[in-house]
Amino acid sequence: MADVALKNITKRFKTVTALKNVSFDIKDGEFFVLLGPTGAGKTTTLRVIAGLEKPDGGSVLFDGQPVDHLTPSDRDVAFVFEQYSLYPSMSVYDNLAFPLRSPLRNLSKDEIDRRVRETARKLRIEHLIERTTAHLSGGEMQRVSLGRALVREPRLFLMDEPLSNLDAKLREALRVELKHLQKAQGSTTLFVTHDQIEALTMGDRIAVLNKGSIVQIGTPEDIYDRPATTFVAQLVGTPRINLHEATREDDTLHVVDSTIHLPMPGKEALPSSFLLGVRPEDVQIHSEGDFPGEIVLTEPLGVETILHIKAGEKTMLSLVPGMTTLRIGDQVRFNIIRQRLHYFRLDGTRISV
Amino acid sequence: MATTQAISGGQSRRRRQLSDAALLRLFIFPTLILIILMNIFPLFYSLYLSFTDYSAITRQAPNWVGFKNYSDLLSDKQMWIYFANSGRYALLSVGLQTLVGFGLALLLNEKFKGSGFLTTLILVPMMLSPAVVGLFWKLIYHPSSGIFNYIVTFGHPTAIPDILASPKLALWGIIIVDVWMWSPFVMLLCLSGLGAIPDYIYEAAAIDRASWWRQFWRITLPQVAPLLMIAVLFRTIEAFKAFDVVMPMTAGGPGEATELIALNLYRQAFGGQWRTGRASALAYIILIIVIGISNVYIRFLNKIRGD
Repeated sequence: MADVALKNITKRFKTVTALKNVSFDIKDGEFFVLLGPTGAGKTTTLRVIAGLEKPDGGSVLFDGQPVDHLTPSDRDVAFVFEQYSLYPSMSVYDNLAFPLRSPLRNLSKDEIDRRVRETARKLRIEHLIERTTAHLSGGEMQRVSLGRALVREPRLFLMDEPLSNLDAKLREALRVELKHLQKAQGSTTLFVTHDQIEALTMGDRIAVLNKGSIVQIGTPEDIYDRPATTFVAQLVGTPRINLHEATREDDTLHVVDSTIHLPMPGKEALPSSFLLGVRPEDVQIHSEGDFPGEIVLTEPLGVETILHIKAGEKTMLSLVPGMTTLRIGDQVRFNIIRQRLHYFRLDGTRISV
Repeated sequence: MATTQAISGGQSRRRRQLSDAALLRLFIFPTLILIILMNIFPLFYSLYLSFTDYSAITRQAPNWVGFKNYSDLLSDKQMWIYFANSGRYALLSVGLQTLVGFGLALLLNEKFKGSGFLTTLILVPMMLSPAVVGLFWKLIYHPSSGIFNYIVTFGHPTAIPDILASPKLALWGIIIVDVWMWSPFVMLLCLSGLGAIPDYIYEAAAIDRASWWRQFWRITLPQVAPLLMIAVLFRTIEAFKAFDVVMPMTAGGPGEATELIALNLYRQAFGGQWRTGRASALAYIILIIVIGISNVYIRFLNKIRGD
């Protein structure tokens, strides 16, 4: 396993700039997640690291050594493709054995067999081993595709949305499995996803990518509790963060067009006009709460319920545990946890106070 | 409003006069009649004739002779020479076409400037009339004025014999023409097979550290094989029917060096005594051979497809 560094990677496709000065480091044994919406440049980043794409600028380093001149084969990375990329007309066994049979590896037949069967056991696809890939379901193909990466001992695992095509139950199961495997093997992994839950649950560190630029790099706590921009704040967390325009008059913060007026002394650093972010779990219904509102919608999820509370012209989302007896039209009062407020400039960047 | 109603009313009335079923019959029957007259009737009639001593130029009704034509043909040593000629021709010509066609497809699958134009250009021989091809290749092979000997010998055309007059080389002469004319067909099928292999499979293979050679053997070839087999099947069938190019070039000569079985069939049917019955029997023997070979191919094809 290796540590990996990207230095100012820039990649252009004709007129589109896919990556702009992307730099980050992945430490040896780290589970690093690239999070971003579709078209953010996540897959391009992976392909540049794997050597499938040549960057227009910048450098990729493995263990401090530049690998820019190396072919994908020489970089010795494992890649789990989003579209599986299994070899058609080969059995599952042959698919798993394919990377091991490379003459560059020179492994004995017994060693290959041992490793293929061990990987199949780990991914619970032993019963599929004789089948051809044409006769597999999406989830099974995904496992084989993962297996083809895990069977090797590469310097780095690159995974491009490997769980995206699975149904919810299987995705949850594989999420846990994958994290177990990664920790057990201590493998350096770069995992690409657009799913913030995958990012938060699996990542040791997360890099948030938007329109080809890194927005923030940090631990899941950093990303969730201290989002660098409104983009990051809105990308992570379901339901979405409440983000409203607000003003400061002396020691009171006013959410524009709403019933929310917060007396907050000592916030002189805030400009007179800014964006206020409140996580839904920090909006709490309380019979003697500070602010009045009206329930306009409830979304019961079982373990918790999302309440849409209209406070003046603005709607605040609130996440409450369990099911609720509140009905649409009910008048309620609520509190906001003041220690956990997020402040952003109008251009979207975080204000630290 | 009134006029549109009138128009749509008129259309529906006409449609009522010609129902869907009637329209269906109107389109199908002319073709069906043509197929019955031109294909199905001759098929069965020639089967019948193959058991008779019929000759199309005598005015005598066919006499039933049973399997005499078949046993005569199969015990005739001359016939085996012609079959052997056809077999050799089919094997060499189809083999070479496959190699050349697949090679061309691999080259043209790499997109470069002008590759589309080049592909079109390479397809031209396929579109020419076989009789014309035979005639102008005869000129190309001409020992003194033809370009072939001139090029192959770097300007000393008399250094090698007249290809089409040489008993050893004449078969090669027609094989070269067939390869020239039909390699593009193999190429075309292979190109469509190659085009259907997604790039990401090769990317996965590159990541898995497979060499070019390994990628070719384990990915490219298995993926193209079904189409390649179809091309081989078509060309083999055609090779056993080869007539129109060979006739104007060598007419079976020199001696019997290029007397292919289809050529001989023509001679028996329409030359000398017009032995229609015997020719029909020969046609059926060829048909059975071709069906047999096709079956072997199709089995193999199903096997490599894996189901």
